[in-house]
Amino acid sequence: MTARIGVITFPGSLDDRDALRAVKLAGGEPVSLWHADADLRGVDAVILPGGFSYGDYLRCGAIARFAPAMASVVDAARGGLPVLGICNGFQVLCESHLLPGALRRNHHLHFRNRDQVLRIESTNTRWTSDYQQGEEILIPLKSGEGAYMADEKTLDALEAEGRVIARYVGENPNGSLRDIAGITNEAGNVVGLMPHPEHATEALTGPSTDGLGFFTSVIRAMVAA
Amino acid sequence: MTDTVSNAAGTPDEQQPFLELGLKDDEYLRIRDILGRRPTQTELAMYSIMWSEHCSYKSSKVHLRQFGEKAPKTDALLVGMGENAGVVDVGDGLAVTFKVESHNHPSFVEPYQGAATGVGGIVRDILTMGARPIAVMDPLRFGAADHPDTARVLPGIVAGVGGYGNCLGLPNIGGEVVFDPSYQGNPLVNALCVGVMPHDRIQLSAARGLGNVVVLLGAKTGRDGIGGVSVLASATFDEGSEARRPAVQVGDPFAEKLLIESCIEMFDRKLVVGIQDLGGAGLTCATTETAAAGKVGMHVWLERVPLREASMEPHEILASESQERMLAIVEPSKLDEVLALAEKWGVLATAIGEVVEGDRLVITWHDEVVVDVPPRSLSDEGPVYERPIAQPADFELVRADRAETLPRPRTGEELRETLLKLVASPNLADKTWVTEQYDRYVQGNTVLAQPEDAGVIRLDEETGRGIALATDGNGRYAKLDPYVGAQLALAEAYRNVATTGAAPLAVTNCLNFGSPEDPGVMWQFQQAVTGLADGCATLGTPVTGGNVSFYNQTGSTAIHPTPVIGVLGVFDDVARRTPIGFQDDGESLILLGSTEEELSGSEWAWALHGHLGGVPPRVDLAREKLLGEILIAGSRDGMLSAAHDLSDGGLAQVLTEATLRYGVGARVVLPEGADPFVWLFSESAGRVLVSVPRTEELRFTDMCTMRGLPWNRIGVVDKVGGALEVQGQFTIPLDELRAAWTGTLPALFG
Repeated sequence: MTARIGVITFPGSLDDRDALRAVKLAGGEPVSLWHADADLRGVDAVILPGGFSYGDYLRCGAIARFAPAMASVVDAARGGLPVLGICNGFQVLCESHLLPGALRRNHHLHFRNRDQVLRIESTNTRWTSDYQQGEEILIPLKSGEGAYMADEKTLDALEAEGRVIARYVGENPNGSLRDIAGITNEAGNVVGLMPHPEHATEALTGPSTDGLGFFTSVIRAMVAA
Repeated sequence: MTDTVSNAAGTPDEQQPFLELGLKDDEYLRIRDILGRRPTQTELAMYSIMWSEHCSYKSSKVHLRQFGEKAPKTDALLVGMGENAGVVDVGDGLAVTFKVESHNHPSFVEPYQGAATGVGGIVRDILTMGARPIAVMDPLRFGAADHPDTARVLPGIVAGVGGYGNCLGLPNIGGEVVFDPSYQGNPLVNALCVGVMPHDRIQLSAARGLGNVVVLLGAKTGRDGIGGVSVLASATFDEGSEARRPAVQVGDPFAEKLLIESCIEMFDRKLVVGIQDLGGAGLTCATTETAAAGKVGMHVWLERVPLREASMEPHEILASESQERMLAIVEPSKLDEVLALAEKWGVLATAIGEVVEGDRLVITWHDEVVVDVPPRSLSDEGPVYERPIAQPADFELVRADRAETLPRPRTGEELRETLLKLVASPNLADKTWVTEQYDRYVQGNTVLAQPEDAGVIRLDEETGRGIALATDGNGRYAKLDPYVGAQLALAEAYRNVATTGAAPLAVTNCLNFGSPEDPGVMWQFQQAVTGLADGCATLGTPVTGGNVSFYNQTGSTAIHPTPVIGVLGVFDDVARRTPIGFQDDGESLILLGSTEEELSGSEWAWALHGHLGGVPPRVDLAREKLLGEILIAGSRDGMLSAAHDLSDGGLAQVLTEATLRYGVGARVVLPEGADPFVWLFSESAGRVLVSVPRTEELRFTDMCTMRGLPWNRIGVVDKVGGALEVQGQFTIPLDELRAAWTGTLPALFG
């Protein structure tokens, strides 16, 4: 018995196959989901992958949130379904109001792809429980609109409630407020993360295998349950 | 009123603007001869496009034949030159297709869109073969790094390459960034794409089967890019170039991504019998080439083409270079499935024509015949020129002006200073500012990417089978000797692939030259093609396809002749790839090959003396082949932990890059009696620096000695010292070296 993890493909999703591979490498059962299909096929968790859904037209993630599959995800997430949004997926979660704030264009205005050190700030979520508090991990960052923005009140609340789950270490790569790389919702089941853990799951192709923890966290919790 | 065929037949004396469209008197007369009447306005537009230099290869054809005539025998070639891209067998039932193309002039006029659509175009060429595109590379050349126009052109081109490729989900695994004043008014934007497919999915462009439906897939057709190939790509820039912006196409990578996914699903379900992308020359090229290749007739109802602007006229629709379009030939019984699949991906699909009996391409516009031509006369039977050829008058003079006579650094302190200046020069400096703007991770199969010697992509997760790709070119060498220069570019790309441990298999090329109407340029072209064809024969790697780009000049000044060569290699298992960076303390550094006093055309002569003259380094392709075999064997038997090819900047540059890759230093001890300057900065070909574990050293050097490859032990990896030391000469702490190497591009471009 293992966890079945769904990955939704939107038109313009790019890292969907990488997310499916990461689930498999972490010991889960990957399930492909289609944006136009409201049926989540009974999966135990959902990943919204990176990419340029709908070409990032209008605003990153702004069109994807209206996909039939997203209506189901929003409902299920409010009921506790673990949801991880990576990069474009994080933007979709913010547009869907499952997470507060927004992601804006990098302060230097360039797309940036680099191997980035993150510090895990909270292990108290469904997607980070396999890490140690304060652990530093190395995973790729690759985005043009990755600067996390929210008003001061929201930022203070996120900090106070331990909902900042990862921060950039060293030079801030995109102008994110308070170096925020990822956050979670109040219940800890929905996580948005700008860098790409699915690209750090094999020594052969990634800068490390540090990204596996996001996937093993949710799978271990499912199998134990 | 639309000019119809019957109207044309009835008005033989009407004056037509063929000269304005770039056709010569005799070419126009030949069109009249083929048709037995004057062409209609639409036909004239089609001939002018298809007979342009860009589409017809009319100046290059007589020389390019050598690639076929001299091609080495190989079982690997599944589809050769002539189709959209060559296809090679890489084993396990997998086939790989790859090709490099230019988008030089559009990128000068409108850097972002020019570069973006250059990527889009080459990706569609690869898709057309039935392959899933899996990576791109971008050899780029700009004017002087500190010239104000470079600051206009470079950021836009880099953002365009990245913007399009990133949004398509294609990892960018390598390329080049080169600066030279010869490209000041004419930057080179070459783009390479590689794709993979099972053997049985290979698609061809020929239209077949009477009654089959011609389906136009993808974007609506607009007025963008009209005249792209005849105006932009086939003439020299002049004062009016800014007015040509409407001839540059505008790209929509999201539309292309959907087109890719829908086409691959159609190929997998075997729904199409022929397919052709719409690139330069748009619908004109796609309809004539598919009909000509299939030796069939075709009827196209032009009013069915979905338009962005309703007022477009037939000749505009046929000439439009709107991006993200494909033409598919579909059996009537499968049409519904094709349309449904297109709809699933949100791709527009429209039946616009039919394969018919006979050998004419007939295009109607609201029931009136506007085109009635033999398609072969457009696609295959265009004019062919034997342009005059003459060695440039100053050729021998330039060669006599050797860089070996320039003043050199003598003391250790001077050598140190020279090294730091050179690694900070724009051509040798770190290119992270550029490559950070490209996604190298997407698809999750990138094993090596820039700054490694070659990009390496895994094809099969189970077996580890994969490929390596490198592109190289050196305009300065080719200027000094185009025959040798082309072979040096080939040798370098070949060496780069072998350095990672992959076995080189096939070659693609993008030949960037000045105006073919200049006999000196034509001589350079002929020399370069001959050198490349001869080189491929010696190395056993056939040319599978490529692209010629002429008219790269500003006024009467041509660019350096710049053949850019791409080499594809294959791995049985990418896990044994050899990276460039030093890692393990105490390993032996062994320099393979021989170092001669070869400084003419070098980066040292250019960057520190502004000198270009003399004779480029000697090239020995038999030696390159032997070197390649040693490197592959070293990778297979686990004898090498790092290997880095020597080229621009010589050993000094290689030591810089190999130490900074992982921040691990080295202590270099040059051989007794060696001239440290020559050893550090000469650019002799056929050399690779390898890092060998002590336990493997004897086995490895014995193999080299036995097979007759010269080698020298020149030092050790030093993980502790944190410096690059050349014993008896100088020491540079890695932090200082890194600061020099990485500072240049950010300081120039922000």
